[in-house]
Amino acid sequence: MTAERVQRLTDTFRLIRSKDAGPFLLTTDLFCHDAATLRRVLDAGVVTPATFGDLYGVDPASVEVHVVESIHAIKVSFPRPVPSGELADDDITGGQTYGPLVTLLAASSLGDGRTP
Amino acid sequence: MRYVALTGSLGCGFREESLAAGVAAGPAFIGSDSGSTDGGPYYLGSGDWIWADAAYERDLRLGLAGARRAGVPLIIGSCGGGGGDDAVTGYLDLVERIARGEGWRLRVACVFCEPDRAVMKAKLLDGLLLPLPGAPAIESATFDADGHIVAMAGAEQIEWALATGADVVLVGRCADAAIYAAMPLAAGFEPASVWNAAKIAECGAAAAENRSGQDSLLVTLDDDGFVLEPLDPALRCTPASVAAHTLYEVSDPYRLVMPSGVLDSSAATYTALDDRRVRVTGGTWTPAERYTVKLEGSAPLGFLSGFWGTVRDPMLLLQLPQWCAAVEDRLRSRLKEVASGDFQVQLRTFGGRDVEAVLVVDVVGQTQEDASAMARAAYHVALHWPIVGWSGGSVTTFAHPYSAPVVDRGPVYRFTLNHAMVLEGDEPETLFRTTVEEVG
Repeated sequence: MTAERVQRLTDTFRLIRSKDAGPFLLTTDLFCHDAATLRRVLDAGVVTPATFGDLYGVDPASVEVHVVESIHAIKVSFPRPVPSGELADDDITGGQTYGPLVTLLAASSLGDGRTP
Repeated sequence: MRYVALTGSLGCGFREESLAAGVAAGPAFIGSDSGSTDGGPYYLGSGDWIWADAAYERDLRLGLAGARRAGVPLIIGSCGGGGGDDAVTGYLDLVERIARGEGWRLRVACVFCEPDRAVMKAKLLDGLLLPLPGAPAIESATFDADGHIVAMAGAEQIEWALATGADVVLVGRCADAAIYAAMPLAAGFEPASVWNAAKIAECGAAAAENRSGQDSLLVTLDDDGFVLEPLDPALRCTPASVAAHTLYEVSDPYRLVMPSGVLDSSAATYTALDDRRVRVTGGTWTPAERYTVKLEGSAPLGFLSGFWGTVRDPMLLLQLPQWCAAVEDRLRSRLKEVASGDFQVQLRTFGGRDVEAVLVVDVVGQTQEDASAMARAAYHVALHWPIVGWSGGSVTTFAHPYSAPVVDRGPVYRFTLNHAMVLEGDEPETLFRTTVEEVG
């Protein structure tokens, strides 16, 4: 993954973040700049239950995708593969769960940045 | 009706000037959330408070002084972080100490939220414990474990505590929004607006677009909506920042499930009144058919000792998973030789194969002494475990910065419950114990 592709994601996204939603769920938020960039993300077809199922090792049927049109955002929530604080947990607050997601998005067409 | 949300987490601070501005605005009450499961199962399990005593005392002293100046109640929810009974008692002691020091006389209502374990066991048998998403499997023995099990109070229990004429209401585990919904609901404000406002207020001024740390928020409820205003004049709430905040650390951006019903804020609209105040209208509230409270539990797992170091040998970096598995395998027999009781051992590495990886080794034993003895034995095994490819002499496998390397981490816990418990009859009152006393 080139640094450029990661940095070009800011053409599309204002903020990508993750957090715990209680001890047993994780949630990721993808904030786009405007309606057009939100549309581009949705059309790219990468923000799907299947993608998150693969990326985080969870059942795609348990992944919820909420599109919040009013603020050009997508929220994706799913059960934690390892509950908060278990011996095998390495991210109690879930605050860095979004890392692999950024890598995946940068490798997708969204890493091309602003399209003409 | 106006109210002040002091801070998103008691003990994390707020500006004294912000509180003064809030008091000057004539609030009906001042509230603060104090709880969270974000930091993991330790706080509920142990009963220890998240922040330092002095941090809580600072925020409580100022909050109490502000509430007295305004002549209104101070409502604190989820005492200590986990919201167990001991934390409520601990906050009561803190309030009493502050009141004595200041020469105040305060009427304090405490709401205790650790239900009778026998009642919860009976609910399990009666099928009245409903698993929430991601809930662990439970059995009757789940309710015999040490640690704490709390039921999240709603607005009702806080309303009843306020009805005792309390100057201060200290609540064990409660829904964050309930702190800010109790008094407006009692005053007859429309539930959808009340809960939508409360959901945003529970994080204090975090809904501001240019937040820099914790601070206070002023909420003004009117006939069909509410206005949000940060009490720091440098902070601005905008329609976008408020809407964005409603996504923060919740799995569903629109639905807020409370004991008495469900808020759906998908139809809410956010309008700028000026460059730092936002008015919100819309949303629907659907009363629940059955009153349910969420259960949270945390039980001891044992005591942890561990150490960490850095692997820099490219030969070892090429075989890390296999090497870790081999060390773990050896430790499962070796550790029994230096301590007794059940134990768990785990080797993990963080970081890439390119330059270096951090090795973290954890041992959980039944006592701290056992865990420590085993971690020290594990250190020596791991430090010199063979690396495939090198031969003819002993190796040293990781660098570590500290002498002595083993750290005793104390007791560790695990979350045991994520269930909605159905209450019947007068259980919403009787399951939560409320006491009232005069202090100072």
